[in-house]
Amino acid sequence: MDVRLQISMVFHLDKCIGCHTCSVACKNVWTDRKGAEYMWWNNVETKPGTGYPTKWEDQEKYKGGWERKNGQPELKMGGRVLRVLNVFHNPYMPKLDDYYEPWTYKYEDLLNAPEGADQPTARPISMVTGQHIDIEAGPNWDDDLGGSPVYAANDPNFSALTEEQQAELFEIERLVFFYLPRICNHCLNAGCVAACPSGAIYKRGEDGIVLINQEVCRGWRMCVTACPYKKTFYNWSTGKSEKCILCFPRLETGQAPACFHSCVGRIRYLGGLLYDADKMLDAMNAQDYNLVEAQRDLILDPFDPEVREGALRNGIDDATLEAVRRSPVYKYVKEWKLALPLHPEFRTLPMLFYVPPLLPVMANTDAGTYDTANDELFAPIEKARLPMQYLAKLFSGGNVGEVSYALKKQYAVRLFKRLETVGDMDAATVKQALHEVGMTEGEAEAIYRLTSLPTMDERFVIPPSHREEAMQMLGDDFLLDRGEAGLGLRDRPARGA
Amino acid sequence: MYDNLFFIIVPYAVTIMAIVVTAQRYFKKPFTYSSLSSQFLESGELFYGSVSWHIGILAVFYGHLIGLLFPRQVLWLNGVPARLYLLESSGLLFGLLSLAGLVNLIIRRHTSARIRAVTSKMDIVVLLLLLTQVALGVYVAIFYRWGSSWYATSLVPYLRSLFLLQPDLATLAPLPLAIKLHVMNAWLLIAVFPFSRLVHMLVVPIPYLWRPYQVVIWNWNRRKIRGVAARPKPRPVATALPLSDELKPTNRPVTTR
Repeated sequence: MDVRLQISMVFHLDKCIGCHTCSVACKNVWTDRKGAEYMWWNNVETKPGTGYPTKWEDQEKYKGGWERKNGQPELKMGGRVLRVLNVFHNPYMPKLDDYYEPWTYKYEDLLNAPEGADQPTARPISMVTGQHIDIEAGPNWDDDLGGSPVYAANDPNFSALTEEQQAELFEIERLVFFYLPRICNHCLNAGCVAACPSGAIYKRGEDGIVLINQEVCRGWRMCVTACPYKKTFYNWSTGKSEKCILCFPRLETGQAPACFHSCVGRIRYLGGLLYDADKMLDAMNAQDYNLVEAQRDLILDPFDPEVREGALRNGIDDATLEAVRRSPVYKYVKEWKLALPLHPEFRTLPMLFYVPPLLPVMANTDAGTYDTANDELFAPIEKARLPMQYLAKLFSGGNVGEVSYALKKQYAVRLFKRLETVGDMDAATVKQALHEVGMTEGEAEAIYRLTSLPTMDERFVIPPSHREEAMQMLGDDFLLDRGEAGLGLRDRPARGA
Repeated sequence: MYDNLFFIIVPYAVTIMAIVVTAQRYFKKPFTYSSLSSQFLESGELFYGSVSWHIGILAVFYGHLIGLLFPRQVLWLNGVPARLYLLESSGLLFGLLSLAGLVNLIIRRHTSARIRAVTSKMDIVVLLLLLTQVALGVYVAIFYRWGSSWYATSLVPYLRSLFLLQPDLATLAPLPLAIKLHVMNAWLLIAVFPFSRLVHMLVVPIPYLWRPYQVVIWNWNRRKIRGVAARPKPRPVATALPLSDELKPTNRPVTTR
């Protein structure tokens, strides 16, 4: 057993209102710079939709992630020799237009335009060339456009649905969408790390955060292709790749990352997970339908004395173990099995998990009659607007069982609380619903509390970084040490000649 | 007189400068080492330009290098006409390939607004020097044939004399102007090398071929710290005590899997 710590995350999609506050918080802190204008380390997508960059989930186009070749995981973009040869031209590299051309407006024209018959306007200008552009795309161009024949219809995940199921999703009365906030998944088997020819991308041993050393990156761009989530970005100005750093300067001082902290719907949870690095190969080699289970198997029980021993052996101290025991992520992912990884079939072992959204039917059409009445208070999940196969394609490698279990459990919690607070439910029905997912009343109550009423300290249980020990060991000037940690360049990060 | 300046003084000056500045830049300003790829902004034309340029110039460059290091063997190889023709024609072919690629890259840099936005003055200098160099090289290959053989007797002795710190222009002096310009321009390229994006050729990622896929870096060795944490350790004096390799923060992977 090789026990390691991973700072891990849960996004509760049922609570996401799609306000983009997370994206803006991140943008303001990290990517409001030349060459990074087009980057959204955190973005919120509407699903069904094409996302950012357009159709990023289509790995036949982008060649991201891993696939099994002769029983071994290998990058979908090809072997390592090919990667070195492709530094001259990477055939699968997404281009600026796959994201969008960043723009601003020529505001000074509003003030400086000569007097004339027309109202002056601020025309959009490209932040790359400085020339006028016609805006054709943006980072959330398909926002709220579920049911759109231009965007939603091109969602790569529809491959899991029959023609009929797809057609239903575009009936005006059944239009449906939900939000999918995305950041870097800080994967265990990160494609970007594996593909980096320079070895500039690495996983921090202490907490599993994946970072790009800006001083070692040479701009070979393989990470951009290799990340199936398209969460490594090429800075066209500095000639270096960049990615979400999980706000590690905040984490190290006990604060939640900016996108987590600012989340209006409080959908985000962060905490430590212990995992067994010896089992990783099994998890990345599992069959598609078994990927979620295999990944869950990697996660170790922090209450297990044997795990504690292994953790101590690896230098993980009791304070960290205590934090992992209180981790909301451990509860959602391992104990309750409510949170699932996004696209586990990319085989990177992503460590950001999603609680799939309940999308109950609010109305239906029957022979042309539009009926808002529903015979049941909460429609059972079989009648959910989004076909289960669609959610399974997103969150469980096609395994409908995993998604349906997570949804049924959430559904049972609702029934349970309805009975308790309003009392207009049939007790036997509630009991049956709890029984069906093997949930005790205590667990239902715990899920309810952590979902609806969590305090900030319950949502973010940040294991202590013990930077004070690192400082002690480095025995160096405190301010200088910040530079060694990965960010904090001592020179202005200017483009090389 | 001018020969001494251009073929002795300038070579030594630019070579020393290139080595010092390149190393200083590598260690002091590693952030500036990058391919500075513009593929993200324009990908279609780059394929034709970059691939043919790099294949062509790499073949030509290593051709020159092999000719310099193993002149006897190359002369022996050229002893049979068929082999000489093959070597000469493939050299010319790669030269033309790199020239075509370079012209393509220059046109692309000029016509694409996005690429112009990321073009520095040094980029233009480098492109013009390279164009001059490759064009002269192709010209020489066509009009002063069998260079793969006369290189060994005319230029290799000159370069070797420079290397041995006993400059001797005897074999170089009588060469035609085009060849002399080709040599001179090469020294100019070395002069701009450390100040330009050309340094990316030094960081070609060959070690990637045998590196483990996953890279994990520990900022400090916690097993070690926690193992000795029982008694408080005096804080080491800044920089006075060299840390053992195990404890140093490092840019290299400590453990990989």
